[in-house]
Amino acid sequence: MIADLFNLTVLLGILASGIRLATPYLYASIGETFSQRSGVLNLGVEGQMLLGAFAAFYVSINTGNLWLGVLAAMAVGAIMGLAMAFVTVNLHAKQGISGIGFYLFGLGMSNLLFQLLVGTVETVRGFPKIDIPLLVNIPIIGSILFSQNILVYVAFLLVPAAWFVLNKTTLGLNIRAVGENPEAADSLGVSVARVRYFTIILGGTLSGLGGASLSVALLNVFQQNMTAGLGFIAVALVYFGGWRPWGALAGALLFSMVNALQLWIQVLGIPIATELAVMMPYILTILVLTVSGRKMRTPSALTKPFEREG
Amino acid sequence: MNNQKSMKFRLGTIVDALLPVFATLAALLVGAVMLLILRVNPIVAYKALFEGAFGSTNAFAETLVKATPLLLVGLGICIAYRGNVINIGGEGQMIIGALLSTWVGLRFTGLPGWLMITIGMLVGILGGCVWGGIPGILKAYFNVNEILSTVMMNSIAVQLMNFFLTGPMMDPAQAEIASQIPQTARLEEAYRLPRFVPTRLHLGALIAVILAVLVYILLWHTTLGYRIRAVGQNPPASRYAGIKVHRYVALSLILSGAFSGLAGAIQVYGVNFRMITDGSTTGFTGGVGFNGIVAALFGQLHPVLTIPASVLFGALLVGANTMQRVVQIPSALIMALNGLVVVFVVSSEIWRKRRQTKRLSIADEEEEPNHGNSNESEYLTEDGR
Repeated sequence: MIADLFNLTVLLGILASGIRLATPYLYASIGETFSQRSGVLNLGVEGQMLLGAFAAFYVSINTGNLWLGVLAAMAVGAIMGLAMAFVTVNLHAKQGISGIGFYLFGLGMSNLLFQLLVGTVETVRGFPKIDIPLLVNIPIIGSILFSQNILVYVAFLLVPAAWFVLNKTTLGLNIRAVGENPEAADSLGVSVARVRYFTIILGGTLSGLGGASLSVALLNVFQQNMTAGLGFIAVALVYFGGWRPWGALAGALLFSMVNALQLWIQVLGIPIATELAVMMPYILTILVLTVSGRKMRTPSALTKPFEREG
Repeated sequence: MNNQKSMKFRLGTIVDALLPVFATLAALLVGAVMLLILRVNPIVAYKALFEGAFGSTNAFAETLVKATPLLLVGLGICIAYRGNVINIGGEGQMIIGALLSTWVGLRFTGLPGWLMITIGMLVGILGGCVWGGIPGILKAYFNVNEILSTVMMNSIAVQLMNFFLTGPMMDPAQAEIASQIPQTARLEEAYRLPRFVPTRLHLGALIAVILAVLVYILLWHTTLGYRIRAVGQNPPASRYAGIKVHRYVALSLILSGAFSGLAGAIQVYGVNFRMITDGSTTGFTGGVGFNGIVAALFGQLHPVLTIPASVLFGALLVGANTMQRVVQIPSALIMALNGLVVVFVVSSEIWRKRRQTKRLSIADEEEEPNHGNSNESEYLTEDGR
């Protein structure tokens, strides 16, 4: 039965679902890359994703317009980001713990709203697959890479965009400066507060979008606590990726492939307990963090609040 | 003049101590606004919450039953925090502690009750130590962020629990009637923690309170505690002073896990007499691993202050269920509010810090200016905080 895994259709199936499953991780970890690069650890990602997922789901079923749902998710994420920015930048709150607070808030709030406003299982007709002309006709890989829904394409395009912004623009330079040496950045006239507000709100927006990609593009339902740790894994992927967008992409793909493999193990009825299969991605995260832990170069000012002298 | 200043001091200290209370009131106020939006009278809702938690002997006993694991997890959080590590793994540590202690309780029958209960508690502690120790060692020796690894360990523990409760450890009686409830068999009568009948309040509550005092003594009156705090405050200086920093970083997470593991064992031996879940991630713990963090924060990360804090949050959680029945507002509201309490408490720290620096500068003016690092060493030996 294990041999079934090495059949070409199955391998391609794993590849295809792996690419789709990478989407929510990508949005969240690209967003988190920005905020950590500016020196802010946002641990509220999971909460932002949950509220985003609910907002997208709820607005979509009530208006019938998926794009309005996506916008709502981004707005909710941005508002959560704004609150996080105020608390960490202006009030110098401990980032790790306040993030957990935002996580609990998002978890409780999305549960509450779901029970009050929806209550039963409902499904959304999610974003349809879009075949990219010509490319989709490439044998074997064409149908895997170029027949996805729009949010998948956007997520993958976000990676080079984020790389460009971080490395080739003044904004990116400012973000990195603020994360490495806020005092120096400040003395050169860069507003540390403004940069951090920007990155945290951007991070929140992308987390919300990541939540939306779960509820209206991948699974097309909302369930309580549907992210089940996905947001925390996204934060771990930022470490794994060495705070670089391409690294986050590699992490997200590795992770989602293992997840897809785990799903296919269940589909094929390979006799491994479901629970043990579901555990694999989490164990993998810990292993990956362990291997990459020693050589890590964290942004110097990560989790350190900045206060102007005088 | 001098008098006026000391008055200001005292007032400042009182305000500092009350900051978490203000934070909770602020969160409840936000909750009230949310209730108004939902067209529910907040006074009716909060009255139901209060009565559900304190309205009768039984209600109050339930509050204390709920507060017990919160306190235990919270004590672990206090230790970890003093060692400057953040333990988000209470959920997983509780689960593993409960799994192991349930297993020994079911495996060895016919022992004297007191003996089995002692073994059960110790095994629970051991389970928590292991589950906290893995992230602890990974942080100390491999530079793995403990926040992330403890969260991952939670997810792994949940899957292990689901695996064992629906498989090897599933209640045979359940299996016979082909029921799918993930639960183990019941512990025999002799193995149950004594209760203060007629309520469900059990001996575990008393154990937790005694442990709170012991943790206080450990942290502020033993060398071990001093070293944990020294490492937490200033790792380079501790290394220079000859303390093996890595070891104490790992140790604070191991100790922290021990308390959560015990919380899990007590939940089995004192409350349910079996391990049972509902398939969700917080099915067994009821989110205690997270809410214990809230309670400890509220108790200003001081073990003794965490006692009343746990009672308060136990009350909120028990009352939330009554509120759900009376005004049909899901108890998830309280979870959301707990999140806000955390945010507000950590945000309000800035006022405490500002006053502290002000106080130091006043002290500097009054006495001779400080020489060297006397401030820092004073902070380390200072009682209570």
